[in-house]
Amino acid sequence: MRKIWRTSDPGLLRDVGLVCLADGIVGVSFGATAVAGGLPWWVPIAMSLLVFAGGAQFAAVGVVLAGGSPVAAVAAGAVLNTRMFPYGLAVADVTSPSGGPGGGSSGGSAGGPGGGPGGGRWWLRLLGAHLVTDESVAFALRGDGPARRRAGFWTCGVALFAAWNVAVLLGVLAGAAVKNTAAFGLDATFPAVLLALALPTLADRRTREAAICGAAVAVALTPFLPAGLPVLAGLAGLAVCWRRSGVSRSELSRSEVSRSGGLG
Amino acid sequence: MPLLAVVVLAVLTFAFRVTGPLLRDRVTVPPAAERLLSSAAAVLLVSLAATSALTSGHDFAGAARPAGVLVAGVLAARRVPFPVVVLTAAAVTALLRLAGLK
Repeated sequence: MRKIWRTSDPGLLRDVGLVCLADGIVGVSFGATAVAGGLPWWVPIAMSLLVFAGGAQFAAVGVVLAGGSPVAAVAAGAVLNTRMFPYGLAVADVTSPSGGPGGGSSGGSAGGPGGGPGGGRWWLRLLGAHLVTDESVAFALRGDGPARRRAGFWTCGVALFAAWNVAVLLGVLAGAAVKNTAAFGLDATFPAVLLALALPTLADRRTREAAICGAAVAVALTPFLPAGLPVLAGLAGLAVCWRRSGVSRSELSRSEVSRSGGLG
Repeated sequence: MPLLAVVVLAVLTFAFRVTGPLLRDRVTVPPAAERLLSSAAAVLLVSLAATSALTSGHDFAGAARPAGVLVAGVLAARRVPFPVVVLTAAAVTALLRLAGLK
């Protein structure tokens, strides 16, 4: 773990802190919403520790508070969390803190205490998998090079787990006191966090077009499909836009190179 | 919501999370597929943001929430710090509701 902190730059720690603060507000909102809606105090707390996925937690609790069955609530949350599978594949090389097999070396930072160069310890890999979230994946993907990717993932994952659970606990306490959470606009914080997280990856034109198509599909289908499914249906936007804009491969890769050079 | 439901959701979620890293040891993912997966993640994020901003259950959420999210999105695009973005979303939505907008 020490290796991870050593490769962390102040910018990373600052950004992770800001994300934790932002998600903390969402966590307070979640705890307060659940308890104010009439759920027992331990439900949001147990969910936050064991499920640790804000979107699925909101979806599952939302279904229950809207009068849905526990089965429907689990289905909504689980379907929403199927996105963890592509996330897991995308960050598979960094979910082991000491460097996974085939994930490339972590640069010159070898020799950390206890960090075997091979597969990494199995329980750390399982812990790393539990820390796969929208946010930790976003931090992993924006890092350049294996060491920075790994530092981004673990710094965000560990900090967010702590912040999220403390925040939900605070929300549970607040929810018992404040009944009308909508008056404070807390329901707007969750989509705002997601949008802010996605914005940097939308610099790529193809991804941006796919995301806009996907969002349109998801919103259009929401009145007709069970909670959670419209978001998955949004992936259809990926296929449509990818095909339309994928006219010339060489042209695309050239424009990508110039764009990444311009980002600096 | 019984404890069993929470545990089942937790187990399913962990299964989704751990499958990728486990498969990765045996399967080499081509770069094109990896780029596709990164884009898929972005598409899901934006789709989730859009549905949770615009809808509540199966219905339109009202104008106050999407307005707050829209203002927050503009601030985020202008690289305003995260907490300011999130608090602005809540504040704009709360103020619009105070003004009588649903």
